[in-house]
Amino acid sequence: MQPDSRATYDEMLDPDGAVRPAYHGFREWFDTQDRDWLKRQDAEAERFFRRTGITFNVYGEDAGEERLIPFDMIPRIITAGEWRKLSRGIEQRVRALNAFLHDLYHRQEIVRAGRLPARLLRDNAAFLPQMAGFTPPGGVYTHIVGVDLVRTGPDDFMVLEDNARTPSGVSYMLENRETMMAMFPELFSRIAVRPVSDYPRRLARSLAACAPDRARDGDRPVVAVLTPGIFNSAYFEHAFLADQMGAELVEGSDLRVVDGRIAMRTTAGYQPVDVIYRRVDDEYLDPLSFNSDRVLGVAGIMDIYRSGGVTIANAPGTGIADDKAIYSFMPEIVEFYTGEKPILQNVPTWRCSEDEALKYVLDNLKDLVVKEVHGSGGYGMLIGPTASKREIARFEKKLRAKPDNYIAQPTLSLSTVPIFTKAGLAPRHVDLRPFVLVSPNGIDITPGGLTRVALKKGSLVVNSSQGGGTKDSWVLED
Amino acid sequence: MLGRSANGIYWMSRYLERAENTARLLDVGFRMALTRGPNAAREEWKSVLITIGQEADFARRFPDHLGPQVVNYILRGPDNPLSVLSMVEDARTNARSVRTAITREVWEATNECWMVLRDLLARPVRETNVGEVLGAIRAQTTQVRGAMDGTMLRNEIYNFSRIGTFIERADNTARILDVKYYVLLPSLAWVGSSLDNAQWETVLRSVAGDRAYRWLNAGSMDPRGIAQFLILDGRFPRSLVFCYEKLKSNMAGLARQHGGETSAHQLLRDAGVRLHEASIERIVEKGLHQFITEFIAGTIRIGEAIAADYRFIE
Repeated sequence: MQPDSRATYDEMLDPDGAVRPAYHGFREWFDTQDRDWLKRQDAEAERFFRRTGITFNVYGEDAGEERLIPFDMIPRIITAGEWRKLSRGIEQRVRALNAFLHDLYHRQEIVRAGRLPARLLRDNAAFLPQMAGFTPPGGVYTHIVGVDLVRTGPDDFMVLEDNARTPSGVSYMLENRETMMAMFPELFSRIAVRPVSDYPRRLARSLAACAPDRARDGDRPVVAVLTPGIFNSAYFEHAFLADQMGAELVEGSDLRVVDGRIAMRTTAGYQPVDVIYRRVDDEYLDPLSFNSDRVLGVAGIMDIYRSGGVTIANAPGTGIADDKAIYSFMPEIVEFYTGEKPILQNVPTWRCSEDEALKYVLDNLKDLVVKEVHGSGGYGMLIGPTASKREIARFEKKLRAKPDNYIAQPTLSLSTVPIFTKAGLAPRHVDLRPFVLVSPNGIDITPGGLTRVALKKGSLVVNSSQGGGTKDSWVLED
Repeated sequence: MLGRSANGIYWMSRYLERAENTARLLDVGFRMALTRGPNAAREEWKSVLITIGQEADFARRFPDHLGPQVVNYILRGPDNPLSVLSMVEDARTNARSVRTAITREVWEATNECWMVLRDLLARPVRETNVGEVLGAIRAQTTQVRGAMDGTMLRNEIYNFSRIGTFIERADNTARILDVKYYVLLPSLAWVGSSLDNAQWETVLRSVAGDRAYRWLNAGSMDPRGIAQFLILDGRFPRSLVFCYEKLKSNMAGLARQHGGETSAHQLLRDAGVRLHEASIERIVEKGLHQFITEFIAGTIRIGEAIAADYRFIE
């Protein structure tokens, strides 16, 4: 196999076609395997996923339609040294995010200091006035964070976005590893890979450590996972995590306020819940506080939350940190709260709200990626290099009408990792989402994460809703 | 456990049990159609539809009771919300919604059951593969029950599953008995009937009891004996008494775990007493049809009481 191009960093092969150290052990094994057997294993993997029901629902498809996220069996490998540096950077960033959120909902020192424009908070639906002046139990806002990283060179990992709201995908991290270990056990006896399987236990411990004070002296805190239900695209993950943690999987209709607590309807009556790991968006969490008519949440939960009766993870209002305009200030934010230079860089970002930047973006639309500041999941964006003239013209109009609503970034040449194809190994672009747990006991990063891969040759879009797949992600032991 | 989960696992078990029993009924119908003339087959298909409560809906859609139509309507009719395929789908949906209450093995068996039957029932079932399809339904549902038996913790979750199974099974056996007797024999007093053994065998076959009955009775068939066997023989796993014994022990499990009984326990005890005091003579005297009608209504009441007592829904 040949690297994609000189400009793209391939994680397995250097520009001369030699195997990089991270992949030495793997290639040694791989090159001695029978191709037909590998192809059979590849097909077997799909059967395995179908049987275990690891599927996601795609919105807009037939009701109940379940799809598999394609799994590629070539692992994405990160050395111990690379991971050490990465995890230092992630820890610093997540620490800053929590300090930032606390500040935003209290004195807003960063705005007073003139380091963040106040207009980013005004009229921003992700900023919740209901959280002002309130400190969540343990002072933790983002109990679970997914940091999306892209790589462009040997030492160049950059943060593409922060997922401080409700990051998903951790079940794929776990199941991908299970699948690999079931298919190729000998690989794991040859190569020392750091395990990921205790994530659910760490998650349970981390959530329990964030229980409200009143729940912490008695028995083990009661933790429940709140799901919108079986038709949600990530339902499998909600059930999987609840199951692995030994927590109840509840829906809004199972919960209500009883005697100043949130309680779930069990066969023996209502039982109080101490920590709710919610996979329901802020706006549906409490129909009383957020005026929504959907009954995915619990009426009155915000009052109970503010009076210390329950912990909500992640805290409501953390979504403000996912805002792409806020993102563009992350280097300043990290420095402001940690007093250190950021270890992980941002992707260079033009804020279209600024005249000079807007001019540059308009002049270079065909080379840039333009994103809505509140958007997520790859929707509502323009990818200049692959867009038609008409699409660019249409987008330009939107951009001129409401420049505040957009940021722009260069089209990055994401690093490539090989995938398994019928014709052999072939490089494809990838990103990486490590999962980070935050509790009063500290910040805990699971070694590895979810590698998403664009399966189409040359494509840079790794989203599962748009033809992306996943890989097992290895961090090697020292 | 959550009330909603109790509801989910209860219905999951009911749907799987019903799918399995429906497959048995179809098996018998199919056998009749092969061995008897077209008129007998027509009557048999009709009685299958009556037994599972789908005769009216079927008759509205089809002018005649022909085997292929009946079999396909019951197995996979797209406009039949109670087809075997949609029951298995419902069972799987329930399993998904209680995913955290069941083991991985039970979930995978249920999911596999759905996948296999969805593929088998993707196209109309024909004479050449009806045996394969019905066999797969029995095998797949049995696999789920086996996974339950082998991997589930014996707690209230298991109890609710078993209660669902035996409420459904008691109901199904009662309905088969009622319809078949109605069709075959207007009066139980009519001893020494001229109907041949093959007719009676269909009743037993519908509940997988033909072998056991022959073994117990050295091959002779008589209506009273069959009624007694299906209602009162506590050794036969599809008899009414057997189902109620299982209900009783699982309800006792709930009472233990919840530290007390509920109104459903009282209802079950009353019904159990009636069943135990019954002899086949008294049942015949009273009228089998009336006995069965009361039994079915009583079973429904018990099911409703359980749902209310254990907060299945808000």
